[in-house]
Amino acid sequence: MAKLDERIGFIGGGNMAFAIGSGLIAGGIVKASQVMVSGPHLENLSRWRDLGAVTTDENYDVMEHTDIIFICVKPHMLAPCAAQLKYKYVPSAKDASKLLVSVLAGTTLNTLEEKFAFIETSALKIIRTMPNTSMQVGEGCTVYAGNPHCSHQDLEKVHLMLNSLGLAQQVPETMIDAVTGVTGCGPAFVYTIIEAFADGGVKQGVPRQMALQFAAQTLLGAAKTVLLTGKHPAVLRDEVCSPGGSTIVGVHELEKGNLRATIINAVEKASLRSAELGKK
Amino acid sequence: MGSIGKIGFLGGGNMAKALAKGFISAGLTKPSGIIASVHPADKISQQSFQALGIETLVENAPIVMQSEIVFVSVKPQVVPQVLAEIKPISANKLFLSVAMGITLKTLESSLSPQSRVIRVMPNTPALVCSGCSVYVRGSQANDADAQVTQRLLEAVGTCEPCDESQLDAVTALSGSGPAYVFVMIEALADGAVHMGMPRDLAYRLAAQTVLGAGHMVRDSQTHPGQLKDNVTSPAGSTAAALKYLEQSGFRAAVAGAVEAATLRCRQISSKQT
Repeated sequence: MAKLDERIGFIGGGNMAFAIGSGLIAGGIVKASQVMVSGPHLENLSRWRDLGAVTTDENYDVMEHTDIIFICVKPHMLAPCAAQLKYKYVPSAKDASKLLVSVLAGTTLNTLEEKFAFIETSALKIIRTMPNTSMQVGEGCTVYAGNPHCSHQDLEKVHLMLNSLGLAQQVPETMIDAVTGVTGCGPAFVYTIIEAFADGGVKQGVPRQMALQFAAQTLLGAAKTVLLTGKHPAVLRDEVCSPGGSTIVGVHELEKGNLRATIINAVEKASLRSAELGKK
Repeated sequence: MGSIGKIGFLGGGNMAKALAKGFISAGLTKPSGIIASVHPADKISQQSFQALGIETLVENAPIVMQSEIVFVSVKPQVVPQVLAEIKPISANKLFLSVAMGITLKTLESSLSPQSRVIRVMPNTPALVCSGCSVYVRGSQANDADAQVTQRLLEAVGTCEPCDESQLDAVTALSGSGPAYVFVMIEALADGAVHMGMPRDLAYRLAAQTVLGAGHMVRDSQTHPGQLKDNVTSPAGSTAAALKYLEQSGFRAAVAGAVEAATLRCRQISSKQT
């Protein structure tokens, strides 16, 4: 796998940051020694040190000493964090080559440019991403959009990193809220579905642990089949539904229960909420 | 293949009219090659057949005696008594029964052992030669019988053989289906009129849209789910409409309708002795 020579920084060392950082190190994209992470409490960053990354409780250290900087604070902490960085900021010749990568849900490129405007370069490079929690297991689904100052190479480097953790796709920023409803929030919807499947199994007499494992594996297998065969899901569904069989009876129950509309609504409401949050 | 012998219709209702008209239009037979029995009180049917140049009688026996191929097209409730009436003269004839829910077992046991029976499930668009028919061979029906059946029904649309066990579902789908589509066409037009379209234009567009979509599914190798995707652009009007349909339980309603009709057919079939 291709490697990156850049120093990678994480401002904020929580679960999303760790999913990315640990994934990049495990995937050999970067060495642990190339990684620096900051957080308010060093004791909470021990899992980073265990990997061999450098930790600090000073956000500005990361900004100063790394080339590609992941902004991983909670969205409501962006303003105070940026203000603190501004306070410590010292202009540097390297400012123009720094690449900021945000994983903040709903935070637009405009907002990011505004918050980081203190960096003295007319060409601050920012990439906004919407990753998801399945990055933790290397099956993330991330979309990203760069501001106009990002070069082809900048986008490629970020693509390389994110794609090593699952699936990555560049999209226009205007599409990100819609995607959030599917990929960002989607895992929660799927966890609910897995639980329901397991409940169904338990009701029919399958022990809980087995039911849960089977439910998860069934979803995984179906998802993999869609991705690998490229067949339309309706075709795949037809292939499982023999005339007068048990599957079609179950499928009919899903239709009666309006599963499709429920999921479409869930994605819609989640996407709209994401857009709403982005405007605040 | 040779010419078709005289065709008789026992019962001159809508299905018989549709088939007769179709056979003549397709050139399979002339009006003089068809004869139909019509209830004496049913002046309208009598006039319809006579307008086509087809002779009508009030008795069933002469129909059977004069024909090689006899369509049993009376209402299902009346079938037993009609079969009882013609059983003595039913040998060496091909009977094509379009009566919903009347099984091959009933038909064969009610007719001469030397008769041959085929069950047929056509549908009313046969009237405009866009019918959808299936047929099921009885125990005595031979390949020539099957071929002539196929030939006759292909004059008015598509025709396929199937198993008797499928017939209730077929009835529910292609037999009753046109009614579901008529309702849908009305609803499409209502929606358009609601949004300002003149009614007559709305009906024309609705009908042609349904027809066109039907053609696309029938004649392409593409799954309807894929065809749907192909016309549903991101954030477009089709996506908005489909969401509304899903929320309204459209799929379950239609699938449920087919289920309800099938169950009713089975109920009717099982009432026979």
